[in-house]
Amino acid sequence: MLSNIGSILILSVLSLSLLIIYNSYLDLKNNNQLIKKSIYSLSLFQITFTILSFFTLIVGFIYSDFSIINVYENSHSEKPLFYKIAGSWGNHEGSLLLWINILVLFSYLFLIFNHKHNKKFRLYTLIFQNFLILGFVIFLLINSNPFSSIYPVPLDGLGLNPILQDPALAIHPPLLYIGFVGCSIYFSAAIASMLSEYSGKQFALAIKSWVQISWVFQTLGITVGSIWAYYELGWGGFWFWDPVENASLLPWFAISALMHSVMVLEKRNTLYEWVIILCLLTFILSVTGTFLVRSGILNSVHTFANDPSRGLYILLFLSLMVFTSLIIFFKKRKKEIYSFKSSSKETFILANNWFMVFFLATVLIGTIYPIFLDVITGAKVSVGPPFYNTVIIPLVIPFLLLMTFGPQSSWIKSKKKTLYKTFYILLGAFIINSTLFYFFGSFGFYSNLILITATFLILHSVIDAKKSIKNRKTFEYPRIISHLGFGMLVFFIGINHHHSIETDFNLKVGETKILYGYELFFENITIEPNKNYKSIIGDFKITDLKKNYTQYLNPEIRVYTNPETLTYEAAIKSKISSDLYLTMSNVTRSDFYNIKFQNKPFMIWIWISAFTIALGGFVQLILKKNEK
Amino acid sequence: MKNKFSKIIIFGFVISFLSIFWLGLKKDNSYNTKDLIGGKITNFQLRSIYNSDLITEENLKKNQFTLINFFASWCAPCRLEHKYLVKLVNQKKNIKILGINFKDKKNNAKTFLNELGDPYYFVAEDTDGKASILFGIYGIPESILIDKELTVIKKIIGPIDQEKLEEIFRLIK
Repeated sequence: MLSNIGSILILSVLSLSLLIIYNSYLDLKNNNQLIKKSIYSLSLFQITFTILSFFTLIVGFIYSDFSIINVYENSHSEKPLFYKIAGSWGNHEGSLLLWINILVLFSYLFLIFNHKHNKKFRLYTLIFQNFLILGFVIFLLINSNPFSSIYPVPLDGLGLNPILQDPALAIHPPLLYIGFVGCSIYFSAAIASMLSEYSGKQFALAIKSWVQISWVFQTLGITVGSIWAYYELGWGGFWFWDPVENASLLPWFAISALMHSVMVLEKRNTLYEWVIILCLLTFILSVTGTFLVRSGILNSVHTFANDPSRGLYILLFLSLMVFTSLIIFFKKRKKEIYSFKSSSKETFILANNWFMVFFLATVLIGTIYPIFLDVITGAKVSVGPPFYNTVIIPLVIPFLLLMTFGPQSSWIKSKKKTLYKTFYILLGAFIINSTLFYFFGSFGFYSNLILITATFLILHSVIDAKKSIKNRKTFEYPRIISHLGFGMLVFFIGINHHHSIETDFNLKVGETKILYGYELFFENITIEPNKNYKSIIGDFKITDLKKNYTQYLNPEIRVYTNPETLTYEAAIKSKISSDLYLTMSNVTRSDFYNIKFQNKPFMIWIWISAFTIALGGFVQLILKKNEK
Repeated sequence: MKNKFSKIIIFGFVISFLSIFWLGLKKDNSYNTKDLIGGKITNFQLRSIYNSDLITEENLKKNQFTLINFFASWCAPCRLEHKYLVKLVNQKKNIKILGINFKDKKNNAKTFLNELGDPYYFVAEDTDGKASILFGIYGIPESILIDKELTVIKKIIGPIDQEKLEEIFRLIK
């Protein structure tokens, strides 16, 4: 029943897309200044049906309708309601439906909110966005239909992978998808802009908010994913250069570059061509990332979706996208003359862009090099942290300096005086670093430089903030907040990287262990039944011997019933200055438990910094809304 | 002229990228077990997770049959299959199981074996997973059954269950 409703809704979305494309095409020839009413209504129907189809799937999950294969494979009647709902997008088919929802949502919102812009531009955007929708709906129908039914109806489902049963992971895909799929709208808009010759400042104004929205969500999505890996996977870190993590980072670099250069286009009406390239590149990289993850061409922690036939379809679609955009780009490109002085803001923004492109290229090469090598020579390699650390770390130093100096210079040409002033702040940063060095001991050469430049950026941002609050220059807040966040991020990662403690050992109930100034007492063990798993909980008393401060940690071993799996839940005590991290696993036929103990300084600050970066984007969106 | 040149470069670049991706997708077929069966295990050298002992293909020639089993403590299906491995060595004397510990921490692996029993006559470490990849492994659990001449008789993808266990019994009769 639900399966039929879902399929009918998807088919209606498909036909509405065709109708929208056809009607928009007819309306292009119409000299009227306004877009036809019928297109608005078609779009409204389209978004309604799309959202309804997603709700249908969610209802299927909530009521455990196992006649739908997707529900059978990814849910179980005993699962808590929250994870039943989250299960609907915790698998390939459901997440593709979510993807389509976001494509349609952005298509509709762009149509409504950009009413002040040129009609031809809006219609072309709508047409191309609907081509994208069409492509993904066809993919869904022929290869990954979440509403496929199964007969006879199974009595119960197979259950969702327990490590996916986590609140952070329930919100991670929607956030990331809004970020990645949101890029589709300015991909379409970029093509529309070239075709309708609606370029320059007007184009920048039309896409700016959409770029910011997707940037904010991408940043949040990546952060939440990283938090999940830290709390749930129990690896005790926040970034692993896993191919899927990299795939999410690629569009982020492109979009961060775009966010900056779109400002140049808005203020100075230059860099149009470059902005177009970045618009196209951002979404192309999002789809490339999806291809890498979903086709199974790369192995990684996100292996829930491996199927070469899916890969083939995405690759086909990707090629179509790339070639269409390249052909239109070369047909419509116009020569631009760049004229700005070397120390103006544009130059700094362009420099930012080159750095972003460099980081992007590095991560791209590291991610796909194994595929290339495998195809060409048959050799299997994997590229790990040493590569990224060696290539990226030295470049972070000049990048941080540019982030500090750049905003100080004004548009076109800047005064020298302000530039000098910043050197005093650099001196301050140097002193702070030396103090840290004195207290914490040695770091390497690069680490020192990174900490100095990061501190420099932080100090400078704080001083800027004071100044702009005094002068009521609200438009500067977003930039200051995001740059401050980035400086903090690099700073805390640096400290965390050098001063984490990690050790593991075996311990029995009643035993005590003393290490790195902590006393660890294994008090007791309790077993607790839960709805779909059984917990074995350890009670640990941990005393900081220096501060004479005691706290209790309770790591867990969870035995899930459907599917039968063991997971190890870390006990984490987050404090402002550091995280205590404890996991335990059982050693059977002995009373010992294997304990992993970690102390990670400033962990919470890494998350705070990443959220601060995203916050800058939010503030910008809010400020803009108030302007109107 | 210059413009045309850059166009050719860009298109060439894009086309080569996309075709490599395409080849990469097709390449997946090489993981098919059919290609492996009848082939020989050659040239490997692995270290034990307990001490500095080494094992090479020469050692396997002494066994009538060897089952090379790839496992990890973090892998839930490995946990399920483990009891069948124990059953196998208890019931048949003409087969030895070589365990290859895939992308795992030594301590976790030892804990795993303490808990569920150790059916392996040798447990080799493969911390970065490279050695397993050379065996043609692309996920775990996987097992490769070879004879005295090191010829692959059977490759099992996914956990061994009762049905697969009986098949192994038949093959090594």
